[in-house]
Formats: sequence, C-alpha cells, structure tokens
Amino acid sequence: MQTLITPLATRAAEEGELNPLVPHPIEIVLSLVVFGLLFYAVKKWVVPNFESTFAERTSAIEGGLAAAETKQAEADAKLAELEQQLADARHEAARIREEAREQGAGIIAEMREQAQAESTRIVEHGKAQIEAERQQAVTSLRAEVGTLATSLAGRIVGESLDDDARANRVVERFLTDLETIESAQVTPNGSGAN
Amino acid sequence: MSAMGSAVIMAEDEFTPPGPGDFNLPPIGGHDTFEFLGQSQYLGVTKPMLQLVLASVIVFVFFYLASRKRAMVPGKLQFVGEQAYGFVRNSMGRDIIGSHDFMRFVPYLFALFFFILLNNLFATIPFLQFPTLSRAGMVYGLAGMSWVIYNAVGIKKHGFGGYLKLQSVPSGVGGPILLLLVPLEFLSNIVVRPVTLALRLFANMLAGHLLLILFALGGEYLLIHGSALVKPVGILAWVLFVAIAFLELLVQFLQAYVFVLLNAMYISGALADEH
Repeated sequence: MQTLITPLATRAAEEGELNPLVPHPIEIVLSLVVFGLLFYAVKKWVVPNFESTFAERTSAIEGGLAAAETKQAEADAKLAELEQQLADARHEAARIREEAREQGAGIIAEMREQAQAESTRIVEHGKAQIEAERQQAVTSLRAEVGTLATSLAGRIVGESLDDDARANRVVERFLTDLETIESAQVTPNGSGAN
Repeated sequence: MSAMGSAVIMAEDEFTPPGPGDFNLPPIGGHDTFEFLGQSQYLGVTKPMLQLVLASVIVFVFFYLASRKRAMVPGKLQFVGEQAYGFVRNSMGRDIIGSHDFMRFVPYLFALFFFILLNNLFATIPFLQFPTLSRAGMVYGLAGMSWVIYNAVGIKKHGFGGYLKLQSVPSGVGGPILLLLVPLEFLSNIVVRPVTLALRLFANMLAGHLLLILFALGGEYLLIHGSALVKPVGILAWVLFVAIAFLELLVQFLQAYVFVLLNAMYISGALADEH
C-alpha cells in the first residue's frame, strides 16, 4: 500500500495524505442501512415467491407422478384380473370338454353294453323259441308217426293192433331205433337232437 | 472521475499516475469536508453512495418482477430470476450450510451476492464506471455485518463458551500444542476473518479499477505527449485496457462469489457440531 501511495506526494499537498484504507464513516452506515433494507425486502417479497413457486412445482410434478403411478397400478390390477378371468375360463372350458368326453365315452360304453345284452337276449330268445318249436314238432311228429305207423302196420298185418300197450311199446322201440340211427347219421352235420 | 484526472494531467505537462485520490469523488453539490480518523472526508452525497442505493433498488425490482408471477412454467424473466436465485440458494446455501439449516440464510446470501455483484459490475457499466465497493467504508460495513452474523449464529447455537471452544480448540489435538494452536485458531477464525473478507473485496475492486485508469490515462498521455516512437505503445495500452476490462468482469463476479461463499462457509463452520 505504501508504494502505491508514495507517488502521490505531488498531489498530497493539495488533497492531503489519502489512505484508501481509512473508511468514510457515512459509507459504513449507509452500506449497512441500504443492505439491511434490501435484505428485508428480499426476504419479505422475493424469497417466499421463489420458494413457493419451487414448492408448487415440486408438488405438481410429484402429484403428477403419483397420479400416473396410481393409474399404472390400476391398469396393472385390471390386466391381472382379466388374465385371471381368461385363465379361469380356459380352465373351465377344458374341464367341461374333459367331462363331456368322459360322459360320451360312458354313454357309448353303456350303449354298447345294452346292445350287447339286447342282442344276447334276442339270440337266447330265438334259440329257446326254436328249441320249443322243435320239441313241439318232434312231439307231434312222434305222435303222428306212431299213429300212422300203427295204422299202416295194422293194415299190412291185417290185424288190429288194438292192444295199445303192446302197440305203443313197439312204436317206441321203433322210434328209438330210428332215432339212434338218425343221430348216428346226422351228428357229424352238427344238427339234430341227441 | 477520469475526466477530472485527465484534466489534472493536461494542466501539468507531466504524467501523474492515478491514485487513491481518484476514488475520493467530491459530493454532488458542496465541497464541505470533515475530519475522521485523521483524514478529511467529503460531507455530502457522493456517486458511490447513489450507486449503492441504485444497486439495491435494481436487485429488488428485478427479482421482485421475476418472482411475482409464480408461474408453473416460467417465462423468460422468471426463468432468469429462478436460475439466479437457485444458483445462490443451492450452490452457496444448501451445498455449504447443509440442507437442514440453510433456508434461514438464503435471503441473506441471496441479497448479499447480487448486491455485491451489481455494485462490482457498476465498474464496467458505461456512464457509471465506478466500483462502489472500492470505497473501504462500504466494504467494512458489509464485512462487519458478516462477522456479527456468523458469530451470532454460532453463539446462539453453542452458547458463548461452547462457540469459543468450537472456533478456538481444534478437535483431536491434545497436550501442550494446544497452547500454540488455541491463540492461532482464535486469531484466524474470529479476529482475522472480517479483515481479510473486507480487504479482499475492497482491494480487488480498487486495484482493478486503478489498473484500468492507469492504462486509459497512460495510453492517452503517450498518444498526446509522447514522441512518435512511443505513440504505438499508447495504442497498445488501450488495447490492453479493453482486455483488462474483460478480465475485470471476471474478477467482479468472482469477488462477489467469494465474499458470499466465505460467508456461507463461516456460517456453516459456526453451526458445525464438530470442528
């Protein structure tokens, strides 16, 4: 500072020794007062405005984000629900199909069984009827053949074979012989009564 | 001021370098003086005083207009205001004092930064062209205020004894070395800080402007009174004058920044739990 001041020796006589470090008292007070007023005004009218703007902006952004998040969560929940429903429906459909298949198979089996039984029954019935008719035919044939043979034999022999007991015995023996011969001949064909 | 300086030089035929006298502007109106600390001072309203008031009015009006609308989507003015406010609020307030306490000090730091910045820029703004804070008194006021604030904040938080201990006794040091460290710490943290704070700002503004005056008047002198050989040097001096004026713009910003940054750091140090 000294070197800065010394060249001023010429002017010093006119203005007095000026030391820039020595303050002007009014300037000290003035700077404090002016800055104090500025500080007060800024604190009261400027900073709150900026701060509330910042806060509002932050809350607006955060609010927007929160709303978006809620929407997103809702959409996710809805999607999950729909997917669940779809899966349920698929499951249900599969179950029904399976059930129907089982039922169908059951019905077919039952039907087959029924038809089988029916056909068996019909065959049995037929067989029984045929057997009965055969028996009937055999019986009536036997009676008729007996009578015919007796009357024929009586006519040939010329005597009445009125003695029923004897005639019947003869007829029976004849028929039995006939049957044995017949069966011996017929058996290889698989038909005929034994 | 430069008009007066050059008038003095023109009158004599010999170059008189600019000095502190160039910063002692006469008041508007009378030329009465009074004695203060062995130095005669002008009594009355001077140009730097008006600049000081003007700066505070401009700072307030600008930021009031910028902040008034409070629009969610800011216009140009509001955007600039918010960026400027956010710069002080975040880089000097929140980042240094810490997010817990800083809001209390934001109005102070914010007002201080733009007040000093504008007063510094007045040294470059045409027609004003005088650094308000090259007047020592103005800076002493601001530095003294800073000193009172950070100490008051510390005392309020830790109590007087606790605060003195916080600022003077470094933690993690024990034994006889404390005898050496305690006075040093006390000196550097309590006594020297306002002095360095004031001198850094005031001296930078004074020296920067002095340099500009020197280049301007020196160039002028060389061009008018110098021989043909040295006249180009006068042109060179003016070129350098322009270059230095740009450098001064940077210095003006940096000094405002440093002053407020140190304020924030002192406050943060006074609020700290552990030194």
